[in-house]
Amino acid sequence: MRVGVVVFPGTNCDRDTYWAFQKIGAKVDYLWHRDPLPKGLDLVVLPGGFSYGDYLRSGAIARFSPIMEDIVRFAKKGGYILGICNGFQILLESHLLPGAMARNSSLHFISKFQYLKVVDNQNRFLSRCRNGEVLNIPIAHGEGNYRVDRETLAQMYEKGQVILKYCNKDGEETNPNGSVDSIAGICNSQKNVFGLMPHPERAMEPLLGGEDGIKMLEGFLG
Amino acid sequence: MKFLVNIHLKKGVLDPEGKAIHHALENLGFEKVEGVRVGKQILVEVATEDEEEGLKLVSQMADKLLANPVIENYQVEVLK
Repeated sequence: MRVGVVVFPGTNCDRDTYWAFQKIGAKVDYLWHRDPLPKGLDLVVLPGGFSYGDYLRSGAIARFSPIMEDIVRFAKKGGYILGICNGFQILLESHLLPGAMARNSSLHFISKFQYLKVVDNQNRFLSRCRNGEVLNIPIAHGEGNYRVDRETLAQMYEKGQVILKYCNKDGEETNPNGSVDSIAGICNSQKNVFGLMPHPERAMEPLLGGEDGIKMLEGFLG
Repeated sequence: MKFLVNIHLKKGVLDPEGKAIHHALENLGFEKVEGVRVGKQILVEVATEDEEEGLKLVSQMADKLLANPVIENYQVEVLK
């Protein structure tokens, strides 16, 4: 599997993401945001961080980086895209995914391990997880309060686009940031573009607190 | 010409920052505060003397970049 990890000014999870995909056996390249998207990629990852210093709104300026035009085209042709944290925010701003992010309801930046529940595994990303399975993955964000109108949300449930929710150890929904329906991760209706606030690339090693991220990322191996 | 873009969260979108300020004002004894909403103001200078053209351009900027239509509303005004 060939994976490209996009680097914007202010991205800071690019190296963790690079290392995580290498660990599961992928061939990984960094992609500078001003360069064209290379051919032959199986997956493009928009990693976490603070692209353009989060100015204006998280992801609002990165969305107009040169590489994003190629990425939108790649998505329209069915290419797989994963946006983690700030990458998710960029995908929302690009309208590749529905909805928007607002400040956490607590106003605090939250950085901690957080349990997640797999709501829908009928997609490539979560194909190696069971429905209802509880995963323990770090979150680290100030703007993860997912917002979407009720009508769109209903369609998303119908089409299996709500894929991850925040929960406690026993799988009961909890809500760290105020997100609608405790949503932590979604995909588009074609199921080739994925976005989540939690950081699976930070849960790849028992020494670092857990390895639940492995089975998530490995889904892309097919 | 100078234009001011006022951006606010749409009605119904929770504004946690506004809420926190509301509580702080209440704690200071301002009991009559009924609501607080926090927004953004962006000043844009445009190389035109045509008010209509300027308003049109700045509205396009707001639609494309300055505001997120999913959760935010905006108004543009001319600064004279």
